[in-house]
Amino acid sequence: MSKNKIDVTHISRLANLPLSEDEKKELGSQLEDTLSYIQELNEIDTKNTDPTSQVTGLENVTRDDKPTDSLTQDEALANAKEVHNGLFKVKAILSNE
Amino acid sequence: MINFTITNALKKLKNKEISSVELTKAYLARIKKLEPKINAFVTVTENEAIEEARKADKKRAAGSDSPLLGIPLSIKDNFSTKGIRTTASSRVLDDYIPPFDATVVKKLKNAGAVILGKTNMDAWAHGSSTETSDYGSTKNPWDTDYLPGGSSGGGAASVASDETIAAIGSETAGSIRQPASWCGVVGLKPTYGRVSRYGVVAMGSSLDSPGPITKSVTDAAILLQVLAGSDPYDATTSPLPIPDYLKNINKNIRGLKIGISDDYFDGVDNEVKEKVEDAIQVLEKLGAKTKNIKLIHPKYSIAVYTIIQRAEVSSNLARFDGIRYGNDRSYFGDEAKRRIMLGTYTLSAGYYDAYYNKAMKVRTAIINDFNKAFNNVDVIIGPTSPTTALKVGASKDQSMFGELQDMLVEPSSLAGLSGVNVPVGFSKAGLPIGMDIIGPQLGEEIILNTAYKYEQETNWNKIKPKL
Repeated sequence: MSKNKIDVTHISRLANLPLSEDEKKELGSQLEDTLSYIQELNEIDTKNTDPTSQVTGLENVTRDDKPTDSLTQDEALANAKEVHNGLFKVKAILSNE
Repeated sequence: MINFTITNALKKLKNKEISSVELTKAYLARIKKLEPKINAFVTVTENEAIEEARKADKKRAAGSDSPLLGIPLSIKDNFSTKGIRTTASSRVLDDYIPPFDATVVKKLKNAGAVILGKTNMDAWAHGSSTETSDYGSTKNPWDTDYLPGGSSGGGAASVASDETIAAIGSETAGSIRQPASWCGVVGLKPTYGRVSRYGVVAMGSSLDSPGPITKSVTDAAILLQVLAGSDPYDATTSPLPIPDYLKNINKNIRGLKIGISDDYFDGVDNEVKEKVEDAIQVLEKLGAKTKNIKLIHPKYSIAVYTIIQRAEVSSNLARFDGIRYGNDRSYFGDEAKRRIMLGTYTLSAGYYDAYYNKAMKVRTAIINDFNKAFNNVDVIIGPTSPTTALKVGASKDQSMFGELQDMLVEPSSLAGLSGVNVPVGFSKAGLPIGMDIIGPQLGEEIILNTAYKYEQETNWNKIKPKL
């Protein structure tokens, strides 16, 4: 875990998080602060340890492939800021070219 | 009647000494009186509550006796409630009205509970103070210059101030037990997977555990009985049978083996240390045996938890796009932004192995460490929080505030264990102190039994804040 300068602009783009220049500066230093706490982990030897992603021990949990109640179209759209013809309205993501 | 426990209230309801409408109105009046001071609620559902109480009274008159029939409760504002605004204390969800109930809410409604309102929390449950709430901090009922803890701070304060009989909270690492400790009430964090997460605004999905905050250990057992169980909508819920949590609650604890790790008392305020040690002596007088154990120092859990939780946060909060519901991403507060950014960073190309993968490996080491300890002891006891409640403003600009406050409960959360905070007295300044009784996974019976026996020997839960 070498100490890396964080590219805040790059990370905010990955996170799709709009940040002002001031926020970027402040977050950058706070993130480096937080990372310094994390360095301690290197003190624990994990060469022969497998990672844990979940603690239940359950695997391949399935259910019968039967339809159950779900939201109506109106219910699903009820909280949307913009709808059009019974659909969510979103900004265009492709241009003409 | 506002100082009733669930047990008292059910007895009075069954004997027809009171009605649910009377009970509900008493709490609504108390809420109206105290909210300007405490700010435990984001939304109070007065009309719905009275309507539900009326229905509960009718059902009881018709012979129904479901386990929470007519009992008023508060619910943390990160549980989806059909038709009732659910904000998770963030302006991103300021106008969000869920079209469905969380499984926990459905279970409470089926059991006959009356929902008084939705309680305040750290926004998205990020924090241990409620100061990151976009709807103002909750205040500690024991002294309103102090914080209630968090993230379920509104829930714990609503119980401590008798604004409700009991509360439903959620814990990722400390968010039930720490505010329960600071507010002097019982807070039970069930084993991960014992209670469904479906419909809870997701924070750290491999950690989130809904659970009760109550005025007595018995009430925690009664609520867990209703909440526990497998859920087809949450594949991480345990399919194992649910015990009768009241059956063994009063069992003799002679010979109970309590594990004590000195590292869990390291850096803890003297007053807190003394009260927890006194509490352990009470258990010893009842025949329990203590045994010193060595555990991985809790400070490493801060690092593991910070990496895993932030990573899961950045992924879970990615869904808030302002298109299907809620406001857009510019509405996130500072703490959420910090966490999303750190999580995105540690998961990004080139850093995954150094941070996330390493944290997942140390998580395994922590789990193995606890498994080894539970071969020799039945429960592990330590302080819940290193301090009593801190002053309003203490968390401001402290990017690791929550983690340092929750250091002592983070290891057991990472291992998915069960734990319960029990009040063990007060500091000289009159602020509550709590101990954490940790059990193995699905060890709810033994920790409730230990907590109950302690509670019977003491009367901390009879002492109320002056409000």
